[in-house]
Formats: sequence, C-alpha cells, structure tokens
Amino acid sequence: MSAVTKKEISVSSSFMDTYFGHKPTGPFASLRENAAKELAQKGLPSTKDEEYKFTPITKKIESSITNFGHAMPTNVTISDLKTHFIPGVDTYTLVFNNGILDKELSGDLPDGVSARPLSSLSEEELTEKIALAENKETDPYATLNQLAFQDGLFLEIRDKAILDKPILLLHLIKADNHGQTIHPRLIIETGKFVEATFIQLVASLDEQITFLNGLENVKVGEGSHIHHLKIQDEGKQALEVSNMVVDVPKDATFTSFVLSLQGQMIRNNLTLNLLDSNCEGNMFGIYLTNGQTHVDNHTNVDHTKPHSESNELYKGILTDKSRGVFNGKIFVRQDAQKTNAFQQNNNILLSEDAIINTKPQLEIWADDVKCSHGCTTGQLDEEALFYLRTRGISKENAKALLLYAFAGEVLEKINHETFREYCVQLVQQRLGGQNG
Amino acid sequence: MLTIKNLHASIEGTPILRGINLEVKPGEVHAIMGPNGSGKSTLASVLAGREEYEVTQGEVTFKGKDLLELNPEERAREGVFLAFQYPVEIPGVSSTNFLRTAVNQVREYRGQEPLDAVKFLSLMKEKMKLVEIDQKLLSRSLNEGFSGGEKKRNEIFQMAILEPTLSILDETDSGLDIDALKVVANGVNQLKSAEKSTIVVTHYQRLLDYIIPDFVHVLFEGRIVKSGDKNLAMELEEKGYDWIKEEVANTAV
Ligand SMILES: Nc1ncnc2c1ncn2[C@@H]1O[C@H](COP(=O)(O)OP(=O)(O)O)[C@@H](O)[C@H]1O
Ligand SMILES: [Mg+2]
Repeated sequence: MSAVTKKEISVSSSFMDTYFGHKPTGPFASLRENAAKELAQKGLPSTKDEEYKFTPITKKIESSITNFGHAMPTNVTISDLKTHFIPGVDTYTLVFNNGILDKELSGDLPDGVSARPLSSLSEEELTEKIALAENKETDPYATLNQLAFQDGLFLEIRDKAILDKPILLLHLIKADNHGQTIHPRLIIETGKFVEATFIQLVASLDEQITFLNGLENVKVGEGSHIHHLKIQDEGKQALEVSNMVVDVPKDATFTSFVLSLQGQMIRNNLTLNLLDSNCEGNMFGIYLTNGQTHVDNHTNVDHTKPHSESNELYKGILTDKSRGVFNGKIFVRQDAQKTNAFQQNNNILLSEDAIINTKPQLEIWADDVKCSHGCTTGQLDEEALFYLRTRGISKENAKALLLYAFAGEVLEKINHETFREYCVQLVQQRLGGQNG
Repeated sequence: MLTIKNLHASIEGTPILRGINLEVKPGEVHAIMGPNGSGKSTLASVLAGREEYEVTQGEVTFKGKDLLELNPEERAREGVFLAFQYPVEIPGVSSTNFLRTAVNQVREYRGQEPLDAVKFLSLMKEKMKLVEIDQKLLSRSLNEGFSGGEKKRNEIFQMAILEPTLSILDETDSGLDIDALKVVANGVNQLKSAEKSTIVVTHYQRLLDYIIPDFVHVLFEGRIVKSGDKNLAMELEEKGYDWIKEEVANTAV
C-alpha cells in the first residue's frame, strides 16, 4: 500500500486522500488492497475518459463533497420511514440506513430468502463472491466501492423459491457530521427456478450534498426469472454512481427497469452478461429530468452463446437545463449465433437548453444474428398537439397526454402491477395535466 | 353565427387567403369547393386556430366573439369543430381516454358536470351507432394504423360526441367509398339542427348529393370568386373549374 502515493492518481487526488496513505485493515483487507492498486493505476474518470465524456461526476464530487468520510447511520424512526414506502405496493422490506442494513427498521424475509452481512462470510466465500471480475474492464467507481465499502449484504434465494411479494431495498440517505459518501454493496444470488422481484428506492432525507456509490452483483440461477425495478427520485443535490453487474445463465431472464426523476448527477452502469443459451436480458428505463438534473445511463449487454435475446428501451423527456446521456453497448461474440438484440432510445427535448447525448455501440462478431437499434431525439409533435387542442383539450393537458403516451410504452414493460401504477402516478405528476 | 370579413392569412410570409368574406347563419350548410391548392384547408385551419398561419388582415366573429382572439381549445369549447383532411395518428393515446378528456374539458367550460365513466360509455355507445364505427377501433391508440376511411369516420364520431355548433368538414369525403360516404353523410345529417351550422369543404360534388348545401362557394387563389346554390356544385361537376378560372382572369383584366 505504501507504494501508492497520490502522485500516481491523476484524477481526483484530494478525494483519494481519504482512502490512501494508510494500509487497509480489518475485513476485506486484501480485496481493498487490490482495489487500491487498481484504482491507483486508472484513477477516477474525467471527461477525457471516453466512458465519462459527458458526465463530469468526478469533478462534481471533488468540487462539492467536503467530507469524504462515511456517512454513519442516522436516527430514523418508523414514522420517518412510512412516507418512503410505496403506497399500495406490498413488499418484504430491507432498509439501509446510509448504506448499512438496519435490522430494526427492516421486516422479515420470506422462507427461502436469507440476508447476511458480508462481514459474516468466511474469507474464502468472500473472495469468491465479491472479488471483482478479473480480465474485464471494471468501472473505476465499482473499484472505488470495493476499496471503500464498509459492510454489505449478501442476499441468497433458495432453489425454486417463488416470492409472492417483491423485496424492497430502501436506501435512506442523509448527510451528517460523519461524512457524505456512502458505498452500498449488495450481492444477490438466486438458486435455480427462482422467481423474484426487487424494488430499489433511494430516499434522500435532507437536501444536503451526498455521494452514493453503489455496487451490486447479481448471479441469477438457471431457469430463474428476476426483475429489478428502481426509482431514482433523490434530493436535488444528490450525486450517484450505481454499478450493477448481472450474470444470466441458461433458461433464465433478468429484467431491469429504472425510472430516474431527480438528482444532481446520476450515472447508472448496467452490465448484463448473458452467459448461456436460451437466456434473456431486458433493460428498460425512463428519465424525466428538469432543473439541472443530469442522468447518464450506460448499459452493456454481452451475448456469449447461441440463442440468447436482449431487449432494450430507454426513453427520456428533458426540460429546463437538464441533461441526459444514453450509451448502449451490445456485444455479440463469435459463438453467439442466432442472437436477437433490440435496442431503442427515444428522447423528447422540451426546452432549448436541455441536452441529450445518445449513442448505440454495437460490436457483432457472429454472422447469424438479428440486431436492431435506433435513437431518436425530437420535440413534441406540434401537429398532434394542435389536433388534441381542436378537441377542446388545453395545451397543458394535451402536452401531458402526448408525453405520457411517449413514456407509457416503457411503463407497460413493468411486470408488477401495483408498482407500475405507482410509477404511472409519478410520471403523470411530473408531466402535469389531468386526464379523464 | 360566423362572420368572416376580408380575411387575409399567410404562412411563412406567403399570402394564402386573400380577402375572404363569408356569413354563415344558424342551421345553414355551406359548401366550399375549389381546385387543389386554392386555400380551402388553410381557411379551415385558420378558423380552428392553427398557429402557423398568420392572419394579416380582416376579422372573424363567432357567436358575437372575436374568434381570432381565442386559442384552439377555446374555439373548440365555444363550439367550433374541424374534421381534419388528414387526421393525425397519435400512438399511445387511447381513443377513449382522449375523448373523455376532451368531453369533460368542453363540459367544464360550459359549466356542466363532468361525465363519469359509466355515462361517458353510454354516450360513446350511442354515437358509435350513429357513425357505425367499430368498438375495436376505439380500443386502439388514436387513429393509429386506421385506414383512410376509418380516420374520417372517427372524425365524425368525435364530432358527434362533442356536439359542436359549427362543424367544418375538410374533405371528409376523400378516400371514402360510396357506402362509407353515405354513413358519414347520414351521421352529419342526423346531427343537424336549427342551431347548428356546417361548412363542408369538398373537391367533388358527390358528397353534396347526401349533405344538401344551402350555399355553394368557389374558392380560388385565396378568394371566394363565386357563390350560388347547390346547382353551382352541379355545374362545377359538369364543367370543371377552368371556366371559373377564366372568369376570374377576365374580371381581373
Ligand atoms: N405549411 C405550408 N407551407 C407553405 N405553403 C403552404 C403550407 N400549407 C399550405 N400551403 C400552400 O397554401 C396553398 C393552399 O393550400 P391548402 O389550403 O391546403 O389548399 P386546398 O385545401 O384548397 O387544397 C397551397 O398553394 C399550398 O401549397
Ligand atoms: Mg385541402
């Protein structure tokens, strides 16, 4: 560790001071040390880095976070919490208080599901489960999480467990004297033939600047169907990088949905490794941004074996000075014949100052594949707006109807009915107008 | 009901309407005919409030109000309805949801209670019969993937639901086979009353066999150059528009 000095870290040295200069001790020491070495080489990404070209989150963090210490759990009562449950959606609930599982506030899990702190795993288990993939490009922020996380959660679902309710992962975030950064770490492993839905919510309990740097690894079991649904409706000052890496084996499907509504700057990295035949990965997202909110979705799906399928649909409506970034990578390996891969990103800009940068990135090494992708960016359809208004519908309502119709195509993809209804409400609230 | 005086309108600086005068009284049916590009749709759009057109001169009053002061939705709520020549396809907006929003906004403006789901449904059913529109069509997104004829039928259906006092039908007959034409005309005729007026924009005389006009006007190069009764439509059908063009050329000299 002593070999690492801040000189070698080209980016963000002030930020890194917090983590370097002392040898990691306690649990995960060797994992942390490896992460530190790696990070020392690559540093945190600046906008010169192709992957972070449009998202200066490193700069934002450096310039706005004043205390890089871990935010410790804060005082939260059940009544504080109630407002953050999703109305009408019945769930098993795990509450994370500044990144740490709060047993008091969390409810029971159903049969077949166990949750353990990572620190309770044996050294071997630990290394096997949480070591970052070698020989694969790891996002620097994932590496940072590996270096800096406090503890994490290992969620295991037994073979054939069919969950009757989603598991809610509720993150309560509040900056206090101890620090402003939080590095949640979650590992999910499911057995074979599991059906489960996860809902992830982040609730900012104050309007302070916080930096949430989550890393989530999901190992789906064979023949399992897993949904991961996420809402990002955070404080106006919230900074977030979220890394999720999912392994999808034979006969399994994994579906991700993310609705991003508010935050200062949010970067989502989603990687789906389709590891075998007859598996499916779905990536759906909506970002409705206003003010100065900046939302960046980077997705990456890797088709490795014949006969796998991926579907991707992200839609954005951007207004004010907000900014959206979409980058969708599809990788089809030479072996992966008969791959079906669909990708679509559509955007509506409602103001002159809103910006979207969208880019599909296809790398196809097999020859017998069906691949399609498309990106569009436009304004509201004036012709349609006029048509609706000539029927007596106010301009405001007509706009809302059209925008809602645009976003609705993604909302329809949500499998869970009451959660979908909740998202519909949030989207309608944001778009304004009144229907019916 | 509707008085148009010396109406001039242009788009992107190009004058299209060049001094239209027209008076429509309650209960009357006016047909506006004319060759392609003469400004018929422009007139219809200006009356409905399309913002791309700039009114450069003249005035339009509707039921005593300055129509040009109102935005499109206010005009609709006052009772102006435009059946589009090219109805717009709107994916993702359900026909039913759209219509209910429209009806209730119009009702709100007129100081009426909103229709609940049940009442709205029965209104829909009643009007569906009138224009013989298939329920299946209405369960789809608004006009999406509709055939030309289905779109036109849907326009008349919307008209039936919204009960306007002035309906402007812009080439509702084009693209319709004779059976569909009869259905549409029948729908229009059933909605007619002593208080309601209709402006039928058409290229052909055909529709006027079913919707009998009180007046026929010929629009040419942005002006009404000839007016008459339904016999004028017959004459146009027989002789085409060339003789009108010649007349205009001669009087202009
Ligand atoms: N958006 C537009 N931009 C420029 N010219 C237009 C536009 N819309 C209509 N025009 C022109 O205005 C004239 C009248 O068009 P229109 O009112 O559609 O005629 P009609 O309905 O009688 O066929 C035509 O010469 C047409 O080319
Ligand atoms: Mg026309």
